[in-house]
Amino acid sequence: MNPLLILPILIPLCSGCLLLLGRHGVRSARGLALLSALAQLVLAVLLVDSAGRGDIQVYALGNWPPPQGIVLVLDRLAALMLLVTAVLALPVLIFASTGADRGGRFFHPLLQFQLVGINGAFLTGDLFNLFVFFEILLIASYGLLLHGLGAQRTRAGLQYSVLNLVGSSLFLIAAGLLYGITGTLNLAGLSVAIAVADPADAPLLATAGLLLLVVFGLKAALFPLYFWLPRSYSAACAPVAALFAIMTKVGVYAILRLGTLLFGAQAGALAGLLQPWLWPLSLITLALGAAGTLAAGTLPLLTAYLVVTSVGTLLSGIALHSAAAVGGALYYLLHTTWLTGALFLLADLIAERRGASAAILRNGPRIERPALLGGLYLIGAIALAGLPPLSGFVGKLLLLQAAPSGARAWLWSVLLGSGLFSLVALSRAGSALFWRSNMRALPASAPPGNAVMAVVLLLSTSVVLSIAGEPVIEGLRATAAQALDARQYTGAVLEYMEEPR
Amino acid sequence: MTFAAVIGLLTACGVYLLLRRRTFTIVLGLSQLGYAVNLFLFAMGRLRINAAPILDHGPAPTDPLPQALVLTAIVIGFAMTAFVLALALRGRGEWGDDRVDDDRDDIATLQGRRLLPKPKPGATR
Repeated sequence: MNPLLILPILIPLCSGCLLLLGRHGVRSARGLALLSALAQLVLAVLLVDSAGRGDIQVYALGNWPPPQGIVLVLDRLAALMLLVTAVLALPVLIFASTGADRGGRFFHPLLQFQLVGINGAFLTGDLFNLFVFFEILLIASYGLLLHGLGAQRTRAGLQYSVLNLVGSSLFLIAAGLLYGITGTLNLAGLSVAIAVADPADAPLLATAGLLLLVVFGLKAALFPLYFWLPRSYSAACAPVAALFAIMTKVGVYAILRLGTLLFGAQAGALAGLLQPWLWPLSLITLALGAAGTLAAGTLPLLTAYLVVTSVGTLLSGIALHSAAAVGGALYYLLHTTWLTGALFLLADLIAERRGASAAILRNGPRIERPALLGGLYLIGAIALAGLPPLSGFVGKLLLLQAAPSGARAWLWSVLLGSGLFSLVALSRAGSALFWRSNMRALPASAPPGNAVMAVVLLLSTSVVLSIAGEPVIEGLRATAAQALDARQYTGAVLEYMEEPR
Repeated sequence: MTFAAVIGLLTACGVYLLLRRRTFTIVLGLSQLGYAVNLFLFAMGRLRINAAPILDHGPAPTDPLPQALVLTAIVIGFAMTAFVLALALRGRGEWGDDRVDDDRDDIATLQGRRLLPKPKPGATR
């Protein structure tokens, strides 16, 4: 048992509790939170390295063997998602520490608890435990969404929480169904049980699987369940919105696990249960998200629609269900999580310099010394619109190449069309914010150095992803192949269960 | 059969109430849905009566897992109902009414306008 597996949950949990219990000044709270995020980053790198050797590691909580106990499972995919989270969380914390965290007392503890939920959801090997970690990350996110308050946020928060509560009820119904039929909630156990299930139970199992798709689709913002996203994300304060960029990916991750582990190739009559739904819905999400970017009147809203577009892109790759397509989708996942995060933060820096116009795309005060913010925006826009040479282009290219000939016409037209829409929307937004302004500049101080550094850190990931493309893509192909091979996962967990102790 | 009908009825009522415009009915709907889910978990959880809950006390111990699931679901549902109620009250305080959704909000969001809350309602309302 590798004890490192529990640390991505323990570190933010402990630091969150410490932040909650002690009476910390702003400085010590920031220090503690940053230290925790840094530790998680180092840990994530270690775990990616250890998972990269190819074998799947299992950790039984409290050394209780499954089926009674709950296991954590680390494979390449889980380690990768931990790394994505940690790389996003650190700049977000740096940015928040320049002032946004003063809006409420509980910003830092809530953010740590959110990380507990996210890391736990990636690591857990148990369906009900996944529900619990979903709840942890959702409850923290309700608090974070309201951070800083304001009437807009209250209403967006209310809709967001009600929708997710309904989602939780559906999750429980699906979990109950699966437990009633198979007698286990362990993901590996479920995988085996579904593969050998009585054909008479197949309709019920399919119901449970599709209910889970609805739940995860709600988290991931899949059409027709994405309508909550634009308003919530554009109402949240910048660092929170940036951190939320990973939340939809938790849903995408869960859909990938559901489609490979539970209803993958080994599932007999139920193999490929999700594909006929996932494929058209992801393309519709992609198209509608792109239409939303054109309609958006503010930069945060535009970015929120870019998140919707990215979810459509990712799920279309997952729906294709080949190692090349899922590998391409994972590359795009890294890119889009970090870059949309950067754009949310950048939108806040721009908004602060435009007075009452904020980030609304209309004629407003000129931005003084526009070279810095404008340059950063240009880099982010190029990457997000998918223009060469940055990572968005590489990610889309990988996906387009991976499409088999039957799916090619659809994927190429929708993906390239939505890319064009985002390009138009992003360049229109850029010219509205930086060029089309004839009012006098407001007396504003230069953006804080740390905030700019946070944006630069996130943007530079795009450069790294495209320069180090070859080894990254190699690694991601291996990750995708391992994720698609459910036998390896179940084999590792079952072997662990039978070990004498 | 009766049990299934009760669960179905609870779910139907919950969904109907959820689709209303006002927050209070939505909270009621959420709790009804919660009850339905808890009963459903018990029903699906291979519940057995008169069996020992501990291993080594009799031939066939009862399965402790459904109870743990329902307990977790109750705790989370209870806390979230309280949270949504608090949020709804706050929304009512800030907006002067307890609508959940409105087309005006959607248009305002799209244009980036801050929608001004309605004037506070008088004592008669």
